[in-house]
Amino acid sequence: MTFTAAVIVSLKPTVLDAQGDTVRAGLHRLGYQGVQSARVGKYIELQLEAADAEEARRQAERMCADLLANPIIENYTVQVTPA
Amino acid sequence: MSVLVEKMPSFGVVIFPGSNCDHDCYHVAAHVLGAPTRYVWHEETDLAGLDCVILPGGFTYGDYLRTGAIARFSPVMGAVQRFAAAGGLVIGICNGFQILLEAGLLPGAMLRNVGQRFICRHVYLRTEQTQTPFTRTLSPGQVVRIPIAHGEGNYYADAQTLRELEEYGQVVFRYCQPDGRLTPGANPNGSVSNIAGICNRERNVLGMMPHPERCSEPLLGSVDGRFIFDSMFAAARQSGGN
Repeated sequence: MTFTAAVIVSLKPTVLDAQGDTVRAGLHRLGYQGVQSARVGKYIELQLEAADAEEARRQAERMCADLLANPIIENYTVQVTPA
Repeated sequence: MSVLVEKMPSFGVVIFPGSNCDHDCYHVAAHVLGAPTRYVWHEETDLAGLDCVILPGGFTYGDYLRTGAIARFSPVMGAVQRFAAAGGLVIGICNGFQILLEAGLLPGAMLRNVGQRFICRHVYLRTEQTQTPFTRTLSPGQVVRIPIAHGEGNYYADAQTLRELEEYGQVVFRYCQPDGRLTPGANPNGSVSNIAGICNRERNVLGMMPHPERCSEPLLGSVDGRFIFDSMFAAARQSGGN
C-alpha cells in the first residue's frame, strides 16, 4: 500500500534561527508588528510503500534520524496518510 | 635492530560531486609541499598507501538538505572512517569540516551564519592547541591570518559537548582580533565560543572553516596556511606512514 509521509523538520527551540530572525524582521518592516517570532523549517513529502500506516511512519522516522534531520540541531514530525 | 626509513608522506584529496577547492588542496600538497599526492574520487573505497586525507571545500551535492548531509553517504566516507580509526590524518576544510560533522567524525553541527550572509574575507585565528599533528609547527597562542568563504560556518555544540571539547583540548582554532584577543566582533559567523576549528579526541581528525590552502604561498598574500600542511607533513613523516 502506498502512503504519503509529510515530514516537517525544524530547528530546535534552543538553536538560533538566523533565517527565521531575518524573516521576522522583514515582517516587522512590512508592518506586521504583532509577529513575535518566526522559525524557518523544511517540508519533505515522501511517497512510500509499506504494509500499513504504522510501518510507513516507522520507516519515515528512521529516515529522519538517518538523513532528513540532524538530531543535534533539529526536531522532526511525521504525518502519514494513505496516498 | 631497527632501521629508520624516511618515508615521504602521501596525500589524498577527495573529490565529491560539488567539491571546488580540490585543485587548490592538490596544488598545495603536490607542488608547495612536494608530497606524492593523488585525487580520490568519492566512489573509491580504498585509501591504501595514503598518510593524509583532505576533504576539500565546496558545495557537495548542492548543499541540499544540509551542508555535508548527502556527501557523508558517499562510498569513500566508509573508507575515511576506517582510515581515521586506524590513525590516519584527516583534515576537513570548510565543506569538508561540515561533512566530518555530519559523518559524526567530529562533534557538533553547523548553522547558517548569524548575519545570514556568505562571508568571504581574511580572518585571524588564535592557535589554541599545538599538540596536534595539524598545528605542531605553530606556537601556543600564535595568531594566523587565513581566509574564510562560507554561508554556514556558525559552529554549534550543546553545552555538554562544548564542555567536553574544552576539557579534552579539542578546540584548535578560535576567531580572534589581530592581536589575539577573543571578542564577539572577531567572530564572523556566530560560532559558539569563537570556534573556527576542532579536532577529535584522538587528535588525528581536524575540521576547520578557514581555508589554509588559499594562503600557502607568498603570491596569495599570506603563507600562514603552510603551518597546517607543514605540520601534517612532519607528523606523517615521523609516524612512518599509516
